[in-house]
Amino acid sequence: MKQRGGSVVLNAPYLLWAALFIIIPLIFVGYYAFTTADGGFTFSNIVTFFTSETYMVVFWRSIVYAIWATVICLIIAYPFAYCMTKLNLSAQKLMMLFVMLPMLMNLIVRTYSWQQILERNGLLNKLLEVLGFEPVIFLGNSAVIIFGMVYNYLPFMILPIYSVMSKVDHSLLEASSDLGCNAFSTVRRVIFPMSLPGVLSGITMVFVPCVSTFYISRQFSDGNIKMIGDVIEDKFYKSSVPDYNIGATISLVLMVIIFISLAVVNRFSDGDDLDGGGIVL
Amino acid sequence: MSEKNIINLKGIRMSYDGETVLDGVDLTIKDGEFVTLLGPSGCGKTTTLRIIAGFESPDCGDVFFEGKRINAVPPHKRHINTIFQRYALFPHLNVYENIAFGLKVKKTPKSEIPAKIDEMLTLVNLKGLEKRRIDTLSGGQQQRVAIARAIINHPKVLLLDEPLSALDLKLRKDMQVELKNLQKRTGITFIFVTHDQEEALSMSDTVIVMDKGKIQQIGSPADIYNEPQNAFVADFIGESNIIDGVMKKDFLVQINGRDFDCLDKGFAENESVDVVIRPEDVDIVPPVQGMLEGVVTSVTFLGVHYEIIVDIAGFKWMIQTTDKHEVDDTVGLYIEPDAIHIMKKSEYSGLFGDYSSYSEELDEMNEEAAEAAAEQLAEEEK
Repeated sequence: MKQRGGSVVLNAPYLLWAALFIIIPLIFVGYYAFTTADGGFTFSNIVTFFTSETYMVVFWRSIVYAIWATVICLIIAYPFAYCMTKLNLSAQKLMMLFVMLPMLMNLIVRTYSWQQILERNGLLNKLLEVLGFEPVIFLGNSAVIIFGMVYNYLPFMILPIYSVMSKVDHSLLEASSDLGCNAFSTVRRVIFPMSLPGVLSGITMVFVPCVSTFYISRQFSDGNIKMIGDVIEDKFYKSSVPDYNIGATISLVLMVIIFISLAVVNRFSDGDDLDGGGIVL
Repeated sequence: MSEKNIINLKGIRMSYDGETVLDGVDLTIKDGEFVTLLGPSGCGKTTTLRIIAGFESPDCGDVFFEGKRINAVPPHKRHINTIFQRYALFPHLNVYENIAFGLKVKKTPKSEIPAKIDEMLTLVNLKGLEKRRIDTLSGGQQQRVAIARAIINHPKVLLLDEPLSALDLKLRKDMQVELKNLQKRTGITFIFVTHDQEEALSMSDTVIVMDKGKIQQIGSPADIYNEPQNAFVADFIGESNIIDGVMKKDFLVQINGRDFDCLDKGFAENESVDVVIRPEDVDIVPPVQGMLEGVVTSVTFLGVHYEIIVDIAGFKWMIQTTDKHEVDDTVGLYIEPDAIHIMKKSEYSGLFGDYSSYSEELDEMNEEAAEAAAEQLAEEEK
């Protein structure tokens, strides 16, 4: 009995935290999503969102960009993580530091710096000019936004894959080679299947923040290409007439989408090894 | 067993970080033999095995397989399979898939695989466990999966890296018998690594005793036991009293100032030698009938026999006998000529074979501590 009382006391701060910062905000989101401006219950916000072409275009764009960014992250991160595990231990630690380094900077500062580099009169174009090339318009297209997302979220793909891969017992690789596998088929038959939990975890950790990206898209396109995150931001405080109800509705729909994708990914990984949502930003 | 040589190592040297692991290893293994590499932790036996498998390449020296130099042949192209110390089974595959791994890699026609696996499962007694996950198997079952996974590829040589060390004593004994039978049935050359001398003696056709990166002796189990070449081998294989002696002439050796008839010859006159007398070859007799006289300092009952330590002129002998004696008894020792084995002096002379600080418990503790330390070192190296 005493023990039980103790655990309640110990858990209290976390329960309080969860209530204050997770449950209550969620209740507010739900409340606004299903009410009109004057507080009456309604489904019209949801209907408005799904029937508005503007919203739908932005919504699908967010999903498509997020998929692109996730796939590109995976293509870069997987071989990168594999090569990292082949280095000696101190080199691995150094590489890890390099991977983490950009994350020590604020996302807004990072994005703003890249904007400065890629601008019409930015660092990169100045360099091209010196080398005798015509200036290039880098910003304002979908590719650069996806680049921005890849740049920002790549570490979240590399780290889980690397952490799972580096735990693959070296003797398994020797066993594979002993049984007739060359380096390539060892990757295919042993390393890849064994690193799958890391891959799934990486996909979740990249896809979720990508789909709700804001700021990056605005900075890299001068506000011309909007993502769903930008729209939510606009609704709450950028527009002259804030519309909490539609903003909350979009947030809710996005949350549902993210939950569904988490559930799908969790399914693939048999439910174990994946501490999914907890580590997502 | 045929007379054809299957594996040859010539002048293998190897060092890690300036530490010599193998110091000129030469050996020949015949086709179909059961060979054991025996030695204490860190003697180079596992490294030798890994060189044969192709996981390590020696700093210098050549590896031959059926007469062809294979130094540059990668492991996956050698007709050799390995059973790893901790089995190294693939955790993402079930029993069936683990055993099928080698067949699938070699693109064996799909229709042939089930029959082959069935045959293997019968061979290693694992029928009915096909669909089981590896982590639901006991140590002994994992061991069998590892054996099946290797043997299904019909290797010409099977390497076994201390495969029984993780099993408990009873299971280990059973597996020893099974492995030996398996080797006879399949005719595959087995190269077995162990630090357990009993295991080595009971299973092998040929035992290779190693220490400090060098081969100390190669021979049949009986040769190794009865005719050890130096104090290290004598001490490592079973218990031995190793006494300083002087070879007066052929067939006559002097120990403790007394001449003994023996069966050894070919030493220089008055050459100082190491004399090995096994504890079970000494008879305890009344002092007047004895060739040597001493005082019993400790008696340990071990079930089958007593282990008695007798102090003879400051040197403590171990004697195994079925007769009971009391501490402080004065006893005589009687030694037959064929119980005496003479060895040339070596770098190991004087290091082994005196039981003055003997205590079985201490011995085991030391061994375990040394093993744990060596294992930790190996882990760190990885």
